[in-house]
Amino acid sequence: MQKHIISLLVDNEPGVLSRVAGLFSGRGFNIESLCVAETMDTGISRITLVTRGDDAIAEQIMKQINKLINVIKVHDLTGTEYVGREMALIKVQAKPDYRAEILRIVDIFRCNIVDVSPTHYTVEVTGTADKLAAILSLLRPMGVKEIARTGSIALSREKKVSTGATP
Amino acid sequence: MAVLKEEGVDTVFGFPGGVIIDIHDEMTRTDIQHILVRHEQGAAHAADGYARAKGSVGVCLVTSGPGATNIVSGLASAYMDSIPVVALTGQVPTKLIGNDAFQEVDIVGITRPCTKHNYLVKRTDDLARVLKEAFHIARSGRPGPVLVDLPKDVTQGKAKYKPLPEPRMPSYNPTYNPNIKQLRRAVDLIREAERPVVFSGGGVILSGASKELTEFARKLHAPVTASLMGLGSFPGTDPLWLGMPGMHGTYRANMAIGACDLLIGIGVRFDDRVTGTVETFAPNAKIIHVDIDPTSISKNIPVTVPIVGDCKSALRRLNSLLNEEKVKITKKSRKPWFDQIEKWKSTQPLRYEQEDVIKPQYVIEKLYELTKGKAIITTEVGQNQMWAAQYYHFDRPNCFITSGGLGCMGFGLPAAIGAQTACPDRLVVDVAGDGSIQMNIQELATAVQYRLPVKVVILNNRYLGMVRQWQELFYEKRYAATDLEHGPDFAKLAEAYGALGLKATKPQEVVSVLKQGLESPGPAMMDFWVAREECVYPMVPAGASITEMLLA
Repeated sequence: MQKHIISLLVDNEPGVLSRVAGLFSGRGFNIESLCVAETMDTGISRITLVTRGDDAIAEQIMKQINKLINVIKVHDLTGTEYVGREMALIKVQAKPDYRAEILRIVDIFRCNIVDVSPTHYTVEVTGTADKLAAILSLLRPMGVKEIARTGSIALSREKKVSTGATP
Repeated sequence: MAVLKEEGVDTVFGFPGGVIIDIHDEMTRTDIQHILVRHEQGAAHAADGYARAKGSVGVCLVTSGPGATNIVSGLASAYMDSIPVVALTGQVPTKLIGNDAFQEVDIVGITRPCTKHNYLVKRTDDLARVLKEAFHIARSGRPGPVLVDLPKDVTQGKAKYKPLPEPRMPSYNPTYNPNIKQLRRAVDLIREAERPVVFSGGGVILSGASKELTEFARKLHAPVTASLMGLGSFPGTDPLWLGMPGMHGTYRANMAIGACDLLIGIGVRFDDRVTGTVETFAPNAKIIHVDIDPTSISKNIPVTVPIVGDCKSALRRLNSLLNEEKVKITKKSRKPWFDQIEKWKSTQPLRYEQEDVIKPQYVIEKLYELTKGKAIITTEVGQNQMWAAQYYHFDRPNCFITSGGLGCMGFGLPAAIGAQTACPDRLVVDVAGDGSIQMNIQELATAVQYRLPVKVVILNNRYLGMVRQWQELFYEKRYAATDLEHGPDFAKLAEAYGALGLKATKPQEVVSVLKQGLESPGPAMMDFWVAREECVYPMVPAGASITEMLLA
């Protein structure tokens, strides 16, 4: 069951998200994560979703999504060149013994501490799913109280070399 | 109203209610005919029957809340069978939406998975554009039902109507023209095939491609089978005709699919009732699949050559490519294949034995003879539907109207009313069972009120026959919840509605009752007391391969 990261451009109107989500539940596909926000054009939103399935299922998912009237464009980024990011806010216990260690980890992973209380730090981390998993495994022993994750967002990479079509 | 007229709507099937009064009121000032049904489900099925008989969009108009929920089965049926229907539902005023107002229901939410698309109109100014889009979406691409929810304040508001151009929607562009490379690959496979089978479906009827299909099959000297939805897309009396395949398909159609080396599916979706176990479906065949909906292709059955496009244009291109490339297939070269098919046909034909009780198959055979195969047949769902499909031979498209995908009991009578409205000069017959007919029998009143001379042939076995058949064959004859021993006297019931009611209990009465009913000027209900425990054969048990049929 391969992971697929799918990027959709959809009409920015009420009910569109429920059409997409309903399609997944109605046809027995699974959504692992999902992100929605407006694009530069306020009439269009981008949905980035992560799902799992073999090739046949992935093909059906793509075709079924494409069939929705409000979907303008669908792109399966899996296997292509793309940049993918995820963000998490991690509220970790800040016991005096661990504070220095937490700060060190935050530094190594180039994260930010965005809220501080006498007992807790809230760490903002951005990166790939692997990076998030790595920092979580390091912070977990210190006592993670709560976590909020965005799910993946992604864009395809532009070609690095000019095709030379236009000088 | 202006949009409805522009879209060629002449008839609307509906039922009024609090929030839709304004539209009904406005309709009295147009020449659009309104057929008042007795239950909203009837309106949806009638719009479906109208659309299929006429080959255009059917329209139904109902109120909010229960009015809207009552059409859901009808929309789901139209969605499964890809029938263009526009459903207009009333809604509480926009200010009250979400307040649990009287007769409020989120019908756009409810029907999202069983319509091709749906809309909630929030401003009167959007109304005309949305209606245009609704009709466009319903009839184009792979057709389907579209629902438009109309809050009361939106329909009460006034807006000036300026004629709109055809809708252009950037996110909706069905592919009509097939890819030439794939077509060439298809021609290569056709050239090599020794035992081809053409498998035609509802898509051929929807795109009006029967003529092209017939030409194609004759060019190939290939035998033709058609799904339940595709019956009539190829002449049912042609020597190339195999009959329907699948769970209750003919022996020769199923065996031919099992043995063919090339299966050409056109406008079909390889439904589970056709394929049986997918692993052993057409095991020796390469498969060409033409369909306008890419999701249908390789959904259930992996195909060798996928062709996305309109059936009509694909068949036209294929026919001309076959000419251009001078692919000549002689009748002689097909002889071994047809000898084999003939052997299957002669050893295991469709058959029954007429004894001293009426056999349901006999009723359909006589109906076919008396109507010379020219009637529009609608059906309910179950054994009656299968016997109609097996024993009535359809030579023309748009003549067999049945709830194929959803299998919605109660479909036949309202669909017959819709078909009769669309084709006032045709004979329209609903082949029914005593179970299904009672699900929308109230529509007899509609038929009587509008003088629609629909005929209902009830194959009355006092059972929910198809389920009983399963119980007989697979549940050791435990007839749980299928015995309808206490049914109404249908003849008297028909009389009570003001229709003609007739009854036959002996085989020798069948022809005279049919004649009397069919020749009567108004609606008629004919009640045939048939053998109670007759089964539909052949039958492919669930989970079996289609070549493993129970034959009797």
